[in-house]
Amino acid sequence: MTTNHTTAPGAAPFLAIPAAAARIGTLAGAAVALVGTFLAWTWTSEFPGDLTVTGYPGGLQVLTLISAALTLLFALSGYGIRGLGWLTPGGTNSPVRLLALGTFGTTGYTIGAIAYDLGGVVNLEPGAWVSGIGALIAAAAALGLPGDQPLPNTTAAGAWQRFRNSLGAPSAPRAKALPDWAEILIIVVSFGIGLQIFAYGIDTDYTELFIGFLITVGFGFTALHRAGLVSRLTTLTTKHRNITLAAALVAAVCFPFTQQKEEYALIGANILIFGTVALGLNVVVGLAGLLDLGYVAFLGVGAYAAALVSGSTMSAIGVEFPFWAAVLTGAAASLVFGVLIGAPTLRLRGDYLAIVTLGFGEIFRLTVNNLNGNSGPDLTNGSQGIPSIPDLNFFGFDFGLKHDILGFTLGRSANYYLLMLVFTAVVVLVFRRSGESRIGRAWVAIREDETAATAMGINAFRLKLLAFALGATLAGLAGTVQAHVNYTVTPEQYQFAGSVPPNSAFLLAAVILGGMGTLSGPLVGAALLYLIPAKLQFMQDYQLFLFGVALILLMRLRPEGLVADRRKQLEFHETDQLDLPEPRQSEETDAGIAKAGA
Amino acid sequence: MTTMTTTTKTATTVLDASGVTMRFGGLTAVRNVDLTVNAGEIVGLIGPNGAGKTTFFNCLTGLYVPTEGKVSYKGTVLPPKPHLVTQAGIARTFQNIRLFANMTVLENVLVGRHTRTKEGLWSALLRLPGFTKAENASRERAMELLEFIGLADKADHLARNLPYGDQRKLEIARALASDPGLLLLDEPTAGMNPQETRVTEELIFAIRDQGIAVLVIEHDMRFIFNLCDRVAVLVQGEKLVEGTSDVVQSDERVVAAYLGTPFEGAPGAEEVAEVEAAEAGATKTAGSSADTTSTEEEDTR
Repeated sequence: MTTNHTTAPGAAPFLAIPAAAARIGTLAGAAVALVGTFLAWTWTSEFPGDLTVTGYPGGLQVLTLISAALTLLFALSGYGIRGLGWLTPGGTNSPVRLLALGTFGTTGYTIGAIAYDLGGVVNLEPGAWVSGIGALIAAAAALGLPGDQPLPNTTAAGAWQRFRNSLGAPSAPRAKALPDWAEILIIVVSFGIGLQIFAYGIDTDYTELFIGFLITVGFGFTALHRAGLVSRLTTLTTKHRNITLAAALVAAVCFPFTQQKEEYALIGANILIFGTVALGLNVVVGLAGLLDLGYVAFLGVGAYAAALVSGSTMSAIGVEFPFWAAVLTGAAASLVFGVLIGAPTLRLRGDYLAIVTLGFGEIFRLTVNNLNGNSGPDLTNGSQGIPSIPDLNFFGFDFGLKHDILGFTLGRSANYYLLMLVFTAVVVLVFRRSGESRIGRAWVAIREDETAATAMGINAFRLKLLAFALGATLAGLAGTVQAHVNYTVTPEQYQFAGSVPPNSAFLLAAVILGGMGTLSGPLVGAALLYLIPAKLQFMQDYQLFLFGVALILLMRLRPEGLVADRRKQLEFHETDQLDLPEPRQSEETDAGIAKAGA
Repeated sequence: MTTMTTTTKTATTVLDASGVTMRFGGLTAVRNVDLTVNAGEIVGLIGPNGAGKTTFFNCLTGLYVPTEGKVSYKGTVLPPKPHLVTQAGIARTFQNIRLFANMTVLENVLVGRHTRTKEGLWSALLRLPGFTKAENASRERAMELLEFIGLADKADHLARNLPYGDQRKLEIARALASDPGLLLLDEPTAGMNPQETRVTEELIFAIRDQGIAVLVIEHDMRFIFNLCDRVAVLVQGEKLVEGTSDVVQSDERVVAAYLGTPFEGAPGAEEVAEVEAAEAGATKTAGSSADTTSTEEEDTR
């Protein structure tokens, strides 16, 4: 249980500065940057966020403030100050470096944005210079701190390699066990902080603030990861899984209460729909290993089924089912379609299956487009879709109206958000329970080696069909809510790739980005994939391009996804020996003896 | 084609394959092979590379549907579906290890329990009363098997991280998890050192002692003649001879098939012709895998 403090000999720093000077420089720079945020950064309130006030920070200054404060804290921890050691169980200096770079990034971005928006650096007030120079000093000095891990090969390390290495850190040793209540408290607090950060991100009013938020969170999260805090938290959450789920649920329920604006609650509801469908897809792709490129069709089937029986005036079937019946209809319709599409296609393997499902996804869209009365029977109203789907009404609780609950006002989107949350919880439960059963193991076995799985007595076709049908049903469930949230269903919502997230390409991306086969991965991936395009409207034209670039970078840097399955992590990083489980055996020495025969 | 069967009539027949023929297009990989395995018996199946041993295995386990002939297990004809064969009670291992590499050791064995448990999706989703009980029973049985095989302390390791010998053992444990009446082992000691081979030998005896009949393909002659009650020799898809290890070892056709040279002394012209015909046929049918014969020649002695 030792942490590398200043005394520990690390690798040579990226910049040749004496360690003591570097540390003092980092501290001083961060402190200056922090003080600077209390000064005015510009003279006019034309720049959003009102950075003209001396005395308290606002807008982007808050981000610099938080980032600088964290830099200070972690730099102090590097001094080995008692009581701060828990902050850095893994790397000590690399988190400081990352945070200092993050501070510099946020501050630099703000200064650049002010200068660009207002037309020149003359618009900057001294406060911006104070923070900017402070952040620069901190970042430069932090690069002079010794590295946390030795260079892989010292002979031919280029500048870039040395830079990357200086940001790496060894993984944290196993933590001492805390009392249960303390561990649970840590989980709860972490989810509280997570909710705050997420709500802040959604709440950002203007593009500049959101980009600053992304910079800060990106660097901050990586720093926490390098410091070993993320892995500590993961250890706790895997230990108390039910409590973690409950805490996550409570945090999710609290979310609409933090949002005053209708449009932000709507983003929340859409993220939830997107995430739920992605989690359903994870059953198919992540567990059973069936690459389904037409998954969004099942969402469409559910949505259309719900729309047709919603009592919409434009519905070809003039019936109005109660919502529970509409949900069952949507799920059943998706289930039927899942079986119908799955039965002939699931005899294929790998790439062939992917192509065929891609085709079926498009067939759904085209069919719906053509069932308009002209080129086919009038069922779906063609490309017009089914508009004016009425709002739901549960026992007099109208989802279309505002309701005051505990002094908070919940608007239409918030109502639907909470309804969708129920569905998400169901899907989470289904995913977890099916994954941890005989059926789930059989799915993973099929994914790993189908021939061996059948030789173990697994009826591969039946189980694949089961996974396919279950995934379809879950998507259908989400579709029934989506129809009501969006007021209208049109064929164009359910194409392979499009600009609005729940489509097949983005769903698959959410699963892969988040982490295949994990519970939280698709939810995280969906949140990022929805939030970032929704917030950065100005790059709408380049969205698919940037999306592609992001995917390439991710596959290069973290192929196992953001939330790594323990297995996947091993698969892609062969050299890491993270695989050894908790030492439950006393003698591990004879493990290597039998290797001679290999 | 004379076959010398030494089946004891008293024992009950577990596996009865009669007239099994497997053709791939014009190539006949297995031709009219009869084989029986009785309860409590260890039967070996040997033959040069490309003789059709694994193809015959695949016919037995339903991976291939034999072109002709039938395979019955304990009196009932086996359906040509691998999972149904396993359900009926025949479990197998693979020549090239086919574990579920990214699952843990315990999970691998639990997958083997699949046919002997019934809990479906609803039971898992609703956590019906039987679910936890069945799950615990499965785990208990799986741990028992790991204990038996000697991997209990590595239950949480990923299968891919096990040393080679342990992976072979785990494959056996996974096969045993389906409570088979007959275990088919496809080259269980391939790539093992002598110590590991001896351990495997003891393991197979222990499995036999549990009342499970074993059919084993192997190239290691010392191993097979120590182990097996009966040995069948497959050459060019046909069963050449079957009998106890002494019978097989002293059979000149077996020696000829393995050595590929005339028997020492003065071979008759017909024997030379037969061997040459065998060789010509072997190179023709076995194609690329005709490197054959020379590796095992010391062992046949």
